[in-house]
Amino acid sequence: MSRKLNRRTFLAGTAAGTAAATLRFPAPAIAQGAPFKIGLLTVKTGPLAQGGIQMEQGIASFLTEKSNTLAGRKVELLVADTGGNPAGAKTKAQEIIERDGVNVILGPLAAFELLAITDYVRDQTTPLVSLASAEDVTQRRANPFVIRPSATCGQCSHAIGDYAAKEMKLKRMATISDDFAFGHEQMAAFQRVYEDAGGKVVKKLWPPLVTPDYTPFIAQIGNVDGVFNGFAGSNPVKFMRAYADLGLRARIPLLAGWTALDDALLRSLGDEAVGVISAAYYTSDFGSESNKRFVAAMAKHYNVLPGGYSAGMYVAGQCVEAAMQALDVKSDDRKAFAEALHKVALSDTPRGPIKFDRYGNVIGDVFIRRCDRKDGQLVNSVIKTYPNVSQFWTYDEKEFLANPVYARDYPPAKNLEP
Amino acid sequence: MFPPPLATASGGGSLGTLDHGSLYHVSKEPPQMTLWLTLAVNSIAFGGLLFLLSAGFSLIFGLMRIPNLMHGSFFMLGAYFGVTLLAVGANFWVAALASGLAMAIIGGGVERLLLRRLAGQELAQVLLTLGLSFIVSDLCLIIWTGDPWQPLAPAELRGVVRAGGMIFPLYRLAVVVIAVAVAAALWVMVDWTRLGAMIRAGVDDAPIARVVGIRVSRLFTLVFALGAALAAFAGVVGAPILSVYPGLDADMLPLALIVVILGGSGSLLGALVGSFMIGFLYNFGQARFPDLAYVILFLPMLLVLVLRPQGLFGKGGS
Amino acid sequence: MTRVTAPHAAFALALVGLSTVPLWVGNSYYVDVASQILLFAVFALALNVLVGYGGLVSLGHAGLFAVSGYTAGLMLQAGFGHAVAIAGAVLATLLTSAVFAVLALRSTGIGFLMITLALGQILWGIAYRWADLTNGDNGVSISTRPAPFGMSLSGAPSFYYATLVVFLFALAAMAAFERSPFGASLRGTRDQARRMTALGYNVWLIRFLAFLFSGFWCSVAGLLYLYNKQFISPQVSALQASAEVLLMVISGGTATLLGPIAGAAIVVIMKYVVSAYVVRWNLVLGVIFVAIITFMPEGLVPGSVRIWGFARRRWRALRPARKPTAGAPP
Repeated sequence: MSRKLNRRTFLAGTAAGTAAATLRFPAPAIAQGAPFKIGLLTVKTGPLAQGGIQMEQGIASFLTEKSNTLAGRKVELLVADTGGNPAGAKTKAQEIIERDGVNVILGPLAAFELLAITDYVRDQTTPLVSLASAEDVTQRRANPFVIRPSATCGQCSHAIGDYAAKEMKLKRMATISDDFAFGHEQMAAFQRVYEDAGGKVVKKLWPPLVTPDYTPFIAQIGNVDGVFNGFAGSNPVKFMRAYADLGLRARIPLLAGWTALDDALLRSLGDEAVGVISAAYYTSDFGSESNKRFVAAMAKHYNVLPGGYSAGMYVAGQCVEAAMQALDVKSDDRKAFAEALHKVALSDTPRGPIKFDRYGNVIGDVFIRRCDRKDGQLVNSVIKTYPNVSQFWTYDEKEFLANPVYARDYPPAKNLEP
Repeated sequence: MFPPPLATASGGGSLGTLDHGSLYHVSKEPPQMTLWLTLAVNSIAFGGLLFLLSAGFSLIFGLMRIPNLMHGSFFMLGAYFGVTLLAVGANFWVAALASGLAMAIIGGGVERLLLRRLAGQELAQVLLTLGLSFIVSDLCLIIWTGDPWQPLAPAELRGVVRAGGMIFPLYRLAVVVIAVAVAAALWVMVDWTRLGAMIRAGVDDAPIARVVGIRVSRLFTLVFALGAALAAFAGVVGAPILSVYPGLDADMLPLALIVVILGGSGSLLGALVGSFMIGFLYNFGQARFPDLAYVILFLPMLLVLVLRPQGLFGKGGS
Repeated sequence: MTRVTAPHAAFALALVGLSTVPLWVGNSYYVDVASQILLFAVFALALNVLVGYGGLVSLGHAGLFAVSGYTAGLMLQAGFGHAVAIAGAVLATLLTSAVFAVLALRSTGIGFLMITLALGQILWGIAYRWADLTNGDNGVSISTRPAPFGMSLSGAPSFYYATLVVFLFALAAMAAFERSPFGASLRGTRDQARRMTALGYNVWLIRFLAFLFSGFWCSVAGLLYLYNKQFISPQVSALQASAEVLLMVISGGTATLLGPIAGAAIVVIMKYVVSAYVVRWNLVLGVIFVAIITFMPEGLVPGSVRIWGFARRRWRALRPARKPTAGAPP
């Protein structure tokens, strides 16, 4: 695995990314002559900065490719650092809406940040293109100003639950994930589809978000045919190494959610990732034209392989562009812009063709990938594609929404063994 | 550019096909026994790692009464240094020691230039060390980006130990040996050498020690540098287990605090015993009481503090 | 009647400035930032009761802050009115403060610090884990702000004024406390606990009551926070939050009234205003703290007063040389 610890390229990348965030002053809103303002809510300090930096790189790559001009209009990107916490997200949302008057918001990163600002964004009639996966924002508490081109927590988990039961024919599985909402919802979604297809989840493990050592949890996995994990941030690296060190990798197949084996994480991983099957809405070897451009741009400017965080923002940029093209001179009408965003349907994106359901969540492909070593490098290769996956999987929408939102204990796990 | 692929005895190459069903066999040992054995062994292993983490903090706090809230930063910065050296091909132990040396210089500098003027002013020390930790953590983010790094264990320690159905990485057991060696070395230094005697004299009564000719200020710089070096060494040694990532400093500092407070400040033996106790508490607690996972380490510490405020082995009241 | 001195004039000027913030600050966003400065100032003042006047450093105060916000938030979600929710929050926080105090006052110094840290972490763990009650990290959101005397607080300026009123009450309470015999006895326990006991004071009780007083104003700050953000989640009780408010107190200057306010202003302005212009604001904040400690170890406010006094004396020392004694005219 070649990992170029090239400080120069990184600093150049940071500079490029920071340069993309222009110094801004409150600008009066004169109609057409004024640039179209995109506000990015991301995380640049603290433990979540890894994903936040990638988000900024993704949208910066898109705007650079388009020479900062979308639909014939100059575009300005404002980057706000929420610090990765809800209070910061709310305050920064206020800053870019009230002080800077952005036309649309991209982001935020974390589900709890989105939940903190969803009501505010709606009250301020500001469209938002989310990366964060809080399910209810496009389900039971649907916000008409929000679209989400990435995925809900459950969207990819549904697919891999199906894959595990029907293709891998795993009969008994354990789930393990961070003990917070993102982990709960991923595991719940997996369990539902997996058990409906005949599998049994016999163990559910929930290490706290900050866990120095996963050994006590891995040791409890017991006799199962497979393990599904949904770790996020930098936890997957530690977890997979411990999983391998304790000998489970050779015995029990490991499955992963999109954050747990994101392509951007491959540079930090070693052999412990070989053989792991993951489900993601984005895979860097996808063959669309836009993805080829995107991957090349990320390699050139930042010397990184893009993952779901940066791709999510690239696609968000494409959605904004499409809406601007549809509305043309009326792009400044935020309500109309929100409606136009909902109507966006694209065929050439880094993640394949996408459109949005009536709640604003994406309907797109989910890729099942397998991690291998090719020419000394780790790559995630697609082994199956589930096309046109919606946030409701194959379930009836009304019935889905009548149930409570996915949680740690919903759907109840009926097959657990002590 | 990390060292060559992981070569565990269990054979990493058996996952070459997509035929998922046939390759995986189930262990023949009763699962409960394997579980308890793994937990017990890992308790010791984790305890060893905790001692390495806490030794530096215990030294500085025990000898100099300074709550060094930069300890996590030294740990993380040292880990990043070490990992960088490893990425350019350095030997693991050389990287660990070099990183310790680098942090000793930085730590010594911090003490000499900034902390020295704040002797006895606990709040000011808190503000200074916390402020410096902000600076360090942001610098680490700038230099090493947000990606996590996890180096492989040194080549000679990459095997596993098998017993009773349990597979346990050799390196983690090696960490225990290192921890005990460090503990012994520190104990000898503090209790048996002239240097240690001078340090203890300087701590007990600095003015009189100076009268006798002991260069107390210089010794304090040395102690602080040593504490920082220990933290950095621990960071590198721990990196194959804990990985290195932004936020490592904030995750590790409370653990060091718990160990030192539980074991009793000012006592190396207390830190050692405290480490292993926390190791057991952590492993068995997480397994038996998953609902208390977030508080499993704080509840016992709270109990000890309320019942015996000076910690288990601490001297006198705090 | 009373002479108008420089401090009085400065105070009056500050009061005028604060009261007119929505007029001279450009944007409703900055008015909201001003509200946040004030509410964190209340929080810092509350902590300062223990840290500055009591000599008891707590790293668990974010837990008290969170108890208040969560109690009110959950009660509002359950359908109670604002008055009941506020009363419930204050009561819950006072109860929690009492429990904190009973446990933490078993020790002083670093032991006290660690006990409060542990208690704060336990509350944080509960907020995260007991999702049935707190909704975990999905948080609790509320839809309305209270409307005292029928005035709506939904706009930034009106919320700011309400916060300003509460802040002034807090400031007055702190000033009264500082001058009162209770405040004096608390300072006594800080400086000479043994002597106080010998003199017959119940040191434990004094500290316990101070803890409750501190807890009360923490609950006020927590309520202001909840109404400002209309959302609360476990992060408000994290160790980082406790450390942040402690830093506000220390950097501003303990055992002063203005110190915690200055500290709160520094941190909030760095986090939310400067961060818009400086990407590495965290680093700059750290540098500011180090600079404060290096040049003004007693804190920003006392340090500034000292430097100001120093500058004035130097200025005065220069002036007599200008009097035409025996030499050329100036």
